[in-house]
Amino acid sequence: MDRSQHRAAYWRTNLRVIAGCLAIWAFVSLGLGILLVEPLNAIRIGGYGLGFWFAQQGSLYTFIVLIFFYAWRMNRLDREHGVDEQ
Amino acid sequence: MNADLQTLSLAVVGATFVLYIAIAIWARAGSTSEFYVAGKGVHPIANGMATAADWMSAASFISMAGLIAFLGYSGGAYLMGWTGGYVLMALLLAPYLRKFGRYTVPEFIGDRYYSKAARVVAVLCLLAMSITYVIGQMRGVGIAFSNILQVDLAVGLVSGMVVVFAYAVFGGMKGITYTQIAQYVIMIFAYTVPAVFISLQLTGHVLPQVGLGGSIDDGRFLLEALDRTLRELGFAAYTEVGAGMTQLNMFLLTISLMIGTAGLPHVIVRFFTVPRIRDARQSAGWALVFICVLYTTAPALGAMSMWNLLKTVQPGEVGTLDGNLAYADKPEWMERWEQTGLLAFEDRNEDGRLQYYNDADPEFAAMAEREYGWAGNELVRLDRDIVVLATPEIAGLPDWVIALVAAGGIAAALSTAAGLLLAISSAISHDLLKGTFTPRITQKQELLAARISMAGAIVLAGYLGWNPPGFAAEVVALAFGLAAATLFPALMMGIFFPRINRAGAIAGMLAGLTATVLYFVTYKGWFFFPQTALLPDTAEYWLFGINPTGFGVIGASLNFAVAALVSRFTAPPPAAIRELVESVRVPRAD
Repeated sequence: MDRSQHRAAYWRTNLRVIAGCLAIWAFVSLGLGILLVEPLNAIRIGGYGLGFWFAQQGSLYTFIVLIFFYAWRMNRLDREHGVDEQ
Repeated sequence: MNADLQTLSLAVVGATFVLYIAIAIWARAGSTSEFYVAGKGVHPIANGMATAADWMSAASFISMAGLIAFLGYSGGAYLMGWTGGYVLMALLLAPYLRKFGRYTVPEFIGDRYYSKAARVVAVLCLLAMSITYVIGQMRGVGIAFSNILQVDLAVGLVSGMVVVFAYAVFGGMKGITYTQIAQYVIMIFAYTVPAVFISLQLTGHVLPQVGLGGSIDDGRFLLEALDRTLRELGFAAYTEVGAGMTQLNMFLLTISLMIGTAGLPHVIVRFFTVPRIRDARQSAGWALVFICVLYTTAPALGAMSMWNLLKTVQPGEVGTLDGNLAYADKPEWMERWEQTGLLAFEDRNEDGRLQYYNDADPEFAAMAEREYGWAGNELVRLDRDIVVLATPEIAGLPDWVIALVAAGGIAAALSTAAGLLLAISSAISHDLLKGTFTPRITQKQELLAARISMAGAIVLAGYLGWNPPGFAAEVVALAFGLAAATLFPALMMGIFFPRINRAGAIAGMLAGLTATVLYFVTYKGWFFFPQTALLPDTAEYWLFGINPTGFGVIGASLNFAVAALVSRFTAPPPAAIRELVESVRVPRAD
């Protein structure tokens, strides 16, 4: 692969990872926390309805995991494509 | 307030001030790079902590738990919105802007769209947002001094300004970063200690995040008990969906706050300070960890304080004769907070007891009058800020905890104010003077200009904190709307869509700006004078029922659409710009 193909492949993979992460991001907060809150509230964890828990706790934890996952995945991708910082 | 408590509080606040100034002397900035981006040498975890302090303002510390306490479930919009923006920032902006490797956010917009006009538009958006935001911080310093410490507002404001001056003017981003780390520690300690105590008292759980889902001493779950008592008093249940705002508006507000958060220049610029691209990616994660310590505690603190308040006012069954608190038995904290004006009572039915219920619901008010002999809600003023400010006293915590809350509130306000002031001063000295109007000035002159504009901004902020415009809260909502509708789309398109050109970007920003301002003005009035509003600010008049505070996402969509359309019909950007886009996309060019 020449340089520009390499870069295009790197960027395509990056876009795929971003799309996946943002899909989870939107699904958990806007989906589970808002749109599906009522059916989910039928499931209880302790005093929490599950939908309420996602709106006030769960989404926030998910966001943290997503950012660290993305950082880890991209650092690996940088190395695979030889564009990591030395 | 007793004299001992006041002395103790002042001593604690004074000690934190000495600490900030000591850091300022240690971390003096010698170059423009140190002044604007701390020499790009900040460790990602340290930067995460500083970002968290920068981001969490007086409003996060003092007002957010109260906001959630009164909104219940819908308050989740603020929790998810203000944290979800970091995901957008980490995935779509931070690493690429760090690779770009300059000092300010407008600088990227100016270079990417090869246009000084675009840079100036970005500076104007930045100044409008940052100045309105800084007013709220100076108010926060004022509230902490006058309500908690009972020191004159002017004394509080001036001492706050002097301290910020010391570390922001001399230290620049370097001084600000290291004081913010200290401020984060103070702030988070001050926030979580009362929350842990109150959670232990009510639910027996150390972690408030677990306690919120736990049960209280009569075996019921806290949230169930809260729902029931609120309903009995005619309010919506705490966990009720659609009570605080409609689901549509909660949805739009959440996305708008997310996009707005990702577009706030004073936060984005923090990711310019780390040494490498990989650090920028990771640092956003650390920032969110440190933010979430407070943001996951806030809803628990809100619900628990609400429960404590209800149990104080309504110790017995609703509607029974001795179910309500007798005025004669009012706890000491109520009297103290009555003096600050944040709490006010009026015995309307003259039964010597305090009733707190929803008299705005005519059906419930009529029933309460008929059945219980209640003549209206007697807690005539109940400021939301009480929830955090009075928590230590309501829970009967020791004096040093009360002193800590004052120091924490001030730390939250100062750390955010410093970050905003840096964004303001670098926009003036770097983007307007060096970048646009007087490009020939030397580094030394630029540094001096940065310090002078910082000093000017501090004086302006202090003045606005002393004479706050009455519309401060609404302007902050507008600031988020503007960040979402102008800067975020311009930055994101600059990285992800190489075909977007100068004309497209400027047209997009102006479209987002105009639409957002017009929608606000229609319901809130010109310059926020309500009498100049064109339509009443109520749900039946809102376009498709959209609350102006949730309009940011619409403005952002408009910006994207207009930029794409205009770019399609105008000449593509020059080859050099395509190369610039290519180069920010990879951490290392080979």
